[in-house]
Amino acid sequence: MECIIGIKFNDFVLIAADKTNAHSIIVMKTDENKLYQLSNNIVMAISGEKGDTTQFAEYIAKNIQLYKMRNGYELSPTAAANFTRRNLAEALRSRNAYHVNLMLAGYEKQEGPQLYFMDYLASLANVKYAAHGYGGFFSLSIMDRYHLPNLTR
Amino acid sequence: MARRYDTRTTIFSPEGRLYQVEYAMEAISHAGTCLGILANDGILLAAERRNTNKLLDEVFSSEKIYKLNDDMVCSVAGITSDANVLTNESRLIGQRYLFQYGESIPCEQLVSWLCDVKQAYTQYGGKRPFGVSILYMGWDKHYGYQLYQSDPSGNYSGWKATCIGNNSSAAVSSLKQEYKENEMTLKDAKSLAIKVLSKTLDMTKLTSEKI
Repeated sequence: MECIIGIKFNDFVLIAADKTNAHSIIVMKTDENKLYQLSNNIVMAISGEKGDTTQFAEYIAKNIQLYKMRNGYELSPTAAANFTRRNLAEALRSRNAYHVNLMLAGYEKQEGPQLYFMDYLASLANVKYAAHGYGGFFSLSIMDRYHLPNLTR
Repeated sequence: MARRYDTRTTIFSPEGRLYQVEYAMEAISHAGTCLGILANDGILLAAERRNTNKLLDEVFSSEKIYKLNDDMVCSVAGITSDANVLTNESRLIGQRYLFQYGESIPCEQLVSWLCDVKQAYTQYGGKRPFGVSILYMGWDKHYGYQLYQSDPSGNYSGWKATCIGNNSSAAVSSLKQEYKENEMTLKDAKSLAIKVLSKTLDMTKLTSEKI
C-alpha cells in the first residue's frame, strides 16, 4: 500500500511519498511520482485509487494555477486546502467520488509552514505530522515520541 | 438622430456609444452624493441622506451604505431598488468565495465579479443596465485598504479619493486639490469629507442629519 508522510517544523515542512506502483502482487513501477507542485509555495502528495489520483491532483493543480493567472497572486496554503477539500466533498456524494488520500504542505509568510491531512471522506486537519497508508502504523508512533518543532534539517 | 439607437440596450450607435448606459449614468447624477477617501489607517465613506422627511420611519439605519462582508462595505448612488439587487448579489459572491476557499474574498475580485454581472446587462438579455454607481471600500491581505468605484457600464477602477452622485464632478475636483497622498489619517479624511460635502450639497446648511 502506498505510504505518504508529512512533518512540520518551525521553519519548514517536509513531505515524502513512496515511488512504488503495484497491482496486488506485481510491482509495475518503482519510479512513480506522487508529489504534485500546486504553486510556488505549495506541494501535494496523493495516494489511492489509480486514475483518481492523477485526475484529481491535476485538476486541483491547474485550478490553483488558474487562480494565479486570473488574479496575479497565489492562493495561500490554507485557502488551497479548503478548496481541495470542498471539491473532494462535493464529489463524495455524487456519482463520481474520488478515492484518494492526500497531504498538502505549504509555506506562507504570515502563518509560516502549514501541513494539512485529508482523507478520501474529505476530512481536513491541520497537523504537525501525519501519515497515510501502512507506513503510518510504524512512523506515527516514532513521530509521537520524538517530534519537536525546533528540529533543523 | 440619437433616438433611433437608444431604445435597445444591446446595440451600438453609429458614433460607437451605448446610449442606455449613458442615460443610466445621467440618472445617477441626480441621486444623493457619496464620497470615499483613502487614508493611511483606513477608509472613509460618507453619503448624503436625502429623505429627511419627518414622517419617514427609520426602519434601517442607512439607505446608502451596506456591509458586504466582514472586510468590505459599499455605498450606492442611483436607483435604490437596483442597488438592493446588486448589494445582495455581491454578498452572495462574497459568501460563495468564503464557502470555497475558507477565507474572505480579496476586494478587487468581488468588485470584478459584480462588474461582470453589470456588464452582462449591457450586452445580452435585452434588459436595461442597472442605474447604480457603487463605491466599495475594503481591506485584504494582498493590497491593504482599497477604494473602488464602478458604474452601470461595468467598468471599475481603484481610487485614492472619489465621489459619485449629485455634483460629483465638483466634489472630485476639490478632492483633487485637497487630497494629500500618504499623509491623511482618518481624522483628516473626515474633516476633508465634510468640507467637500458642504460645498457640493444642495442645502444651505450642513447638519448632522444630512449625512
